[in-house]
Amino acid sequence: MSIALFRIDDRLIHGQVVVGWGQPLHVGFIVLVDDAVRASPWEQDLYRMGVPSDVEVVFASTEEALERLPEWEKDPRVGILLAGDIGTLVALSANSHQVKRINLGGIHHRPGRSQRLRYVYLSDAEVEELRRLAARGVEITAQDVPTARAVPLQEFA
Amino acid sequence: MSEATRGVIVSHAAVAEALLAAVAAITGVSDALVAVSNDGCDSGALAERLARAIGDKPAILFVDLPGGSCLTSAVRLAKGKTDVAVITGVNLAMLLDFVFHRDLSPAEAARRAADAGTRAIRTPAA
Repeated sequence: MSIALFRIDDRLIHGQVVVGWGQPLHVGFIVLVDDAVRASPWEQDLYRMGVPSDVEVVFASTEEALERLPEWEKDPRVGILLAGDIGTLVALSANSHQVKRINLGGIHHRPGRSQRLRYVYLSDAEVEELRRLAARGVEITAQDVPTARAVPLQEFA
Repeated sequence: MSEATRGVIVSHAAVAEALLAAVAAITGVSDALVAVSNDGCDSGALAERLARAIGDKPAILFVDLPGGSCLTSAVRLAKGKTDVAVITGVNLAMLLDFVFHRDLSPAEAARRAADAGTRAIRTPAA
């Protein structure tokens, strides 16, 4: 198997990821790519608390993720790679052809963003970033949980 | 304790609201608890909601799950504060105990409430 889901979700590891996606995908590992969490042992403990003991959690900086992505793609277990912002996935996909699909799972309101879907708020600059990724062949959809419809980028941005 | 400890229920969807209503229906106490949902929040926005709910009072954050966005925001907010405690796995039994022990410190009231909540989980023969 490999990374089954590349997800952008500003709540990082939480119920929708661990239970909503993790259970039906029979996930064996979750990679959280976040420079701040990578540098914070107590936050890592906190995120680990919500994950079953048989699921490995890997904390990586963006730089480490770029290096280790081929290794995770070869892992026999099913994995989820998770980042809290669009920029991280832009960086990963710019340097790897392995990111073919990106799932927008939760990008919430902040100043400068406007609502696109119930759980997706984007600034104009973020829309442009996503469109550039799509133009390079990356399939981008919004889908909070597996039972919801995967909404294509062009329908909301 | 000079000031009564406040309870803040932190949950997904409307669980917190429903628990608050149940506590009020059973005890008649309606000013001990505040409900906060994580609906539509990233961790920063949820932390802001929690900060508003606590105000400057001593508080216990009763969180629904032992992991995830509610817990993450609650622990971030409580970190370094001696007058804010966090409990996970909130249930009605622990809240019922808490509303009658608000004169205790958050740490003591949290220990009591956790015991009461744990004792309420049983598998009686049907």
